[in-house]
Amino acid sequence: MRYIEPHAHMVSRVTDDYVAMVTAGCRAVCEPAFWAGFDRNSVEGFRSYFAQLTEHEPKRAANFGLPHFCWLCINPKEAEDTKLAEEVIAIIPEFIDRPNVLGIGEIGLNKNSRNEISVFEQHVDLARRLNQLILVHTPHLEDKLKGTRLIIGLLKNQQFDPGRVLIDHVEEHTAPLVLEAGFWAGITLYPQSKCTPPRAIDMIERYGGERLWMNCACDWGPSDPLSVPKTAIEMRKRGHTEDAIDFLIYRNPCRFLGQSPVFELS
Amino acid sequence: MTREEALNLYFLDARARLIDLAAFLDRVERCPGEDDFRLRSFRAALRHLSEAKTEKARAVLTTLSDPTMEPLPAATTKGATGAWPQFKG
Repeated sequence: MRYIEPHAHMVSRVTDDYVAMVTAGCRAVCEPAFWAGFDRNSVEGFRSYFAQLTEHEPKRAANFGLPHFCWLCINPKEAEDTKLAEEVIAIIPEFIDRPNVLGIGEIGLNKNSRNEISVFEQHVDLARRLNQLILVHTPHLEDKLKGTRLIIGLLKNQQFDPGRVLIDHVEEHTAPLVLEAGFWAGITLYPQSKCTPPRAIDMIERYGGERLWMNCACDWGPSDPLSVPKTAIEMRKRGHTEDAIDFLIYRNPCRFLGQSPVFELS
Repeated sequence: MTREEALNLYFLDARARLIDLAAFLDRVERCPGEDDFRLRSFRAALRHLSEAKTEKARAVLTTLSDPTMEPLPAATTKGATGAWPQFKG
């Protein structure tokens, strides 16, 4: 088995996780910028974080022969401090041309507030100006449906090419909205929230896997860095072919991410 | 998969989860107090399970969601509760 892990917050994980992922067949890991679990209090904190994502973490992954890519942004959980958000967005161009940067992400909404929308729109504008791909985080639990609807409307208003946007953390009530609007969709496999392997495969069977990927989104909370290969095993149990599994967990992420010139695997 | 194959794969897991749901309701109902928006939403979502319609998971998730489209003036918290606080049932 080979697979791409398209969404993992490796700065929060231990070295053993890299070993396990490579052993399971991971061929590349992609790390969106996210919330640290607490609010950073200065733009310099973000400068250090972006350096970690573009300098330190790729070296750490390289120790295991694993290519490491990343996305840059300020997370919607930190969007209420609009002054800080503007300062962080202003330093992203300093890092955008680094050799492992895939685009702008994971941007999006958290509580669906006006400030979050403003910061989201600034990120989308930046992505357009810099010709970057976008990775979108959709809100949690009761806020997801509304947030997904708002995000789709905002992206349509800005006329951003939907083929260059992946909207992540979809579930049964949001996947059809995302796919019908022409965007890529990501299914996040979590032990407690978001989606289980059987539900993920249900969605793939119902909506087709043409513009879908699966990810573990492992971070500092309950999460499993091996959830993608474990879901592949579940697909085998349900009779999916090896080619169909490879398409979903390797070739599909390569197709989306390959729109970025930095995404090259040897 | 045939229906029998699907049952072979998932019945025991679903049975365990069903009993967990029943035990959860027994536990909550033993505790003094009133239903809040979470439990009202939960009971409403449960009704979808016995409907003949397809897309039960989607219906449950929609029942547990904020149905409005107006953005909040500001986010006063970062977390989510799992149900819409204004849900009346």
